[in-house]
Amino acid sequence: MAETQVVDHQKQQQQPHHHHAHHFISAEAEFEASKQGMWVFLVTEVLMFGGLFTAYAVFRGLYPDMFYEAHKFLNVKLGCLNTVILITSSLTMVLAVSASQRGEKNKTAWFLACTLMLAAGFLIVKYIEYSAKFHHGLLPAGFFHNETIKHVKAPLFFSLYFIMTGLHGLHVLIGMGLILWIFTRALKGQFSSGYYTPVELVGFYWHFVDLVWIYLFPLLYLVG
Amino acid sequence: MSDTQTMHYLNQTTGIWSWLKTLDHKRIGLMYLFTVLIFFLVGGVFALLIRWNLFYPNHGFVEANTYNKFFTYHGAIMVFLVIIPAIPATLGNFMLPLLVGAKDVAFPRLNLFSYYLFVLGALIALASLFFGGADTGWTFYTPYSIRASSSMIFVVLGAFVAGFSSILTALNFIITIHKLRAPGLTLGRLPLFCWAVYATSIIQILATPVLAITLLLLVFEQVFKIGIFDPKLGGDAVLFQHFFWFYSHPAVYIMILPAMGVISEVVPVFSRKPIFGYKAIAMSSFGIALVAFIVWGHHLFVSGQSELANFIFSLLTMSVAVPTGVKVFSWLATMYKGSIHFNAPFLYVLGFLELFSIGGLTGVFLATLALDVHLTDTYFVVAHFHFVMVGGAIMGFFSGLHYWYPKICGKMYSEKSALIAFVLIIIGFNVTFFPQFILGAQGMPRRYWTYLPEFTLLNQISTVGSWMLGIGFVYVVYYLLRDLKKGEKATANPWRALTLEWQTTSPPPTENFVKTPVVTEWPYEYRE
Amino acid sequence: MSLPIAATDVAVMWDHLYWFLVWLSVFFFVLVVGTMIYFVIKYRHQKKQKPVFITGNHTLEVIWSIVPLLLVLIVFVWGYVVYRKMIHAPPNSLEVRVIGKQWLWQFQYEDGKTTVNELFVPVNQPVKLIMSSEDVIHSFFVPDFRVKQDVVPGMYTSIWFEPTVPGRHQIFCAEYCGTSHSQMLADLYVLSEGDWAQWKAGKKLNLKTSRISMSNVPSPTLAEQGKKLMLQKGCVACHSDDGSPRPGPTYKNLFNSKVELANGQVVIADENYLRESIETPQAKLVKGFGPLMPTFRGIVSEEEINAIIAYIKSLK
Repeated sequence: MAETQVVDHQKQQQQPHHHHAHHFISAEAEFEASKQGMWVFLVTEVLMFGGLFTAYAVFRGLYPDMFYEAHKFLNVKLGCLNTVILITSSLTMVLAVSASQRGEKNKTAWFLACTLMLAAGFLIVKYIEYSAKFHHGLLPAGFFHNETIKHVKAPLFFSLYFIMTGLHGLHVLIGMGLILWIFTRALKGQFSSGYYTPVELVGFYWHFVDLVWIYLFPLLYLVG
Repeated sequence: MSDTQTMHYLNQTTGIWSWLKTLDHKRIGLMYLFTVLIFFLVGGVFALLIRWNLFYPNHGFVEANTYNKFFTYHGAIMVFLVIIPAIPATLGNFMLPLLVGAKDVAFPRLNLFSYYLFVLGALIALASLFFGGADTGWTFYTPYSIRASSSMIFVVLGAFVAGFSSILTALNFIITIHKLRAPGLTLGRLPLFCWAVYATSIIQILATPVLAITLLLLVFEQVFKIGIFDPKLGGDAVLFQHFFWFYSHPAVYIMILPAMGVISEVVPVFSRKPIFGYKAIAMSSFGIALVAFIVWGHHLFVSGQSELANFIFSLLTMSVAVPTGVKVFSWLATMYKGSIHFNAPFLYVLGFLELFSIGGLTGVFLATLALDVHLTDTYFVVAHFHFVMVGGAIMGFFSGLHYWYPKICGKMYSEKSALIAFVLIIIGFNVTFFPQFILGAQGMPRRYWTYLPEFTLLNQISTVGSWMLGIGFVYVVYYLLRDLKKGEKATANPWRALTLEWQTTSPPPTENFVKTPVVTEWPYEYRE
Repeated sequence: MSLPIAATDVAVMWDHLYWFLVWLSVFFFVLVVGTMIYFVIKYRHQKKQKPVFITGNHTLEVIWSIVPLLLVLIVFVWGYVVYRKMIHAPPNSLEVRVIGKQWLWQFQYEDGKTTVNELFVPVNQPVKLIMSSEDVIHSFFVPDFRVKQDVVPGMYTSIWFEPTVPGRHQIFCAEYCGTSHSQMLADLYVLSEGDWAQWKAGKKLNLKTSRISMSNVPSPTLAEQGKKLMLQKGCVACHSDDGSPRPGPTYKNLFNSKVELANGQVVIADENYLRESIETPQAKLVKGFGPLMPTFRGIVSEEEINAIIAYIKSLK
């Protein structure tokens, strides 16, 4: 039979600023659990995008020529610009996380603001690209009306383009919401070297969003 | 031991808001249970309507379009809103933290959030009924679903939202098992129900996102005409089936594994013997989880898939027999030289073994390439998956429900009522579904609103069986509710079980354990 | 579990495998449930009987892992052997084209006849059905032959059988396809040699089970219809049928030949390739030819594509 015995939580040392939830043994345990939870969540995200990458692979395998022809209608320069923007934003995010680990409130907020700006910049560029596609009738299959592309399957490319970049764009938007949230919390001074879990987790998420783009960019813009 | 004055999770706070805003995994588990049982009733009504319509051949009681909606809602509700959450979200939520000696799941707020996501998903799905109702079948095959009425979108979005609930619950369970085990509860001492829930959660984490993206693409097909799954726009109709079954076959194991976990707990307790082959049972859950991901193509043997793919998927599917066999034989061996008590939880184990054996063996028929060609898309398949889903998952669910009933509400259910219901359910189930194997072998296709006269007798037997089954299920819900008030008071450990949930009071206090338990032994150390 | 009559040799082979597995299943069912009943009676709770402490037995566990695996592998191999017989049509098969539509079956014969919901085939001769769908997925199912195959829009699938029992056999649609799915039924008539000759000659048959009201007017063969269509649709402007050079590849000796594509790939010019090249000509461009051809999707119907392919096939 399993025995029971007292483990008195009150005696355990606690972080001064942050009261961890009652069912965790310590703030560290809570931090570790949250981090692990975020990793598991990102695994589900990978699989969700994985479904789209599979659809992409299937159709690229079937119509390699079409992908080559259609990709020329994407704007590589703007794609490149967005890649630089996102990578830079990942960097500012890293800086924000490390500032919050050191308990530097102002620096954290400043770097988060930079990240937010860059994210907004990414979406603006995306908006410019989307408008051009709309203008030229390079739309998902059912609405596609562009005479210059010869290949009849080309509309599928733009279906994939809009779904993949659209879902990624939605993730950027959600990421901006999250960054805004930790930004305001950082301003209120709610993080310390003893408690910066949300900053770290949003950082993970943001790097993931960046990583997805690192795959999307060559797959869509640089078909060789 | 609890007496009327003691505080426990049910009476510590009161009022409707104390429930709707609760972060207590036990209360959330109960809210899930309540919700799932309601949907079980709704899905069951649709089932009875289906069988009622099929009582006579040649144009049933309702129009074909109405009938097609019946089986769509029956399937969608039972799969997404009943059987998938049945054990993990209800019993799992309630019991997992207790079984590992924790005060709660790792992320209680997320837990409550996923409950509301589930309810929201369900409401969205059911809202489709007010827009004409969906008639695509729960499998949403393209291109039919693309051209179907747009009310289909609600069902798909509902399943999409409910899917996120299932992902978040699984995430919560995984971290709970990793991080919140009581001191001394090493992985080698983890109860088998936890192992089963853990394996299930892994499947949910890996498969459900693929369903999510598939359903999203399906919605986009209707709204934005993306054409990925639409041959008219250059896409591939069969690709949808690959995507769909990449989730939905693992989903079958999401349904059955937790039920197997319950059986693994109940058998040793009521045999008063250690579980036979603890490691093999724990590992076979992972074996099943692994093969779950590489066998989806057996749903596509006649869909135009290549011969090579069919060869591989048939071969891989055969391997499911091994981990499944290991579990069944280990449970039997646990009974050997035991001292068996015939309480309701154990009765349902016997029901499980009878029905699941038939379900599993007929699965071999469908995995066999040649045989599947004739049998697929007939009533043989319908019978097979009901034997597995109801005979497996629901029997396991009912076994667990009776087993943990005293812990959950502090009362004993009536064994006499339970026996009556069990007999009704087992006889009703076999009468309903066994004739369907014969119907299928004779060639009656599934999803038929009307059928040829030669199938009449077996269909009528099946319909009569469904009435018994329906009465049996309703009776279970009735006496379980009745005994909340009328039942005898339960002691902390009425079954003399060794797992941690029985070491606290019935019902448990809000914090689960007054003192954090320390585990020193294996949970199946039954020496009498 | 009784089966419908086995009206082909393959169906007979199928039945052997089926009954083997039925009895194997009965054996295992009795083994599991019988053991269970025996144990729960013998080891029911009694004051005198103490439970024994056993936690496992490696030998047993290995045995019950390996034995079922070996048995299912036998079933797998047997199932695959029969399956191969089921899917590979003999080369001399009589070809009939099948089109599934919500909610009827249409059959086109080589000689140009078309029937709806009634398929006529000769006894003791292999028949290959080349099937396509005009709308959603259907499934062609003949229980008496133990064959079934999904009929998918946008591609060809096929099925074959060699019926041994003359008379009427039931055809079902087995893939849910909407409102009247359960009424998408058709009759398959297996005709004796004499009846088949009569039917081909356009004579009215006096089949007992028949509900036929066929207008059996002699019509041009399917290939002839295809030739006419090619003129009408303007195909001949770019494609020759005698090997002479034109902007597009010739049809002569095209069917089932190896075609080298612009991207270096080599494909077989089978039904699915020809169909794709009609509907989406740029998908698999032949080496040495420019992307000139417009899509004919929606311009030619399913029946017309069948006729055109039949014509290309005849140019061997």
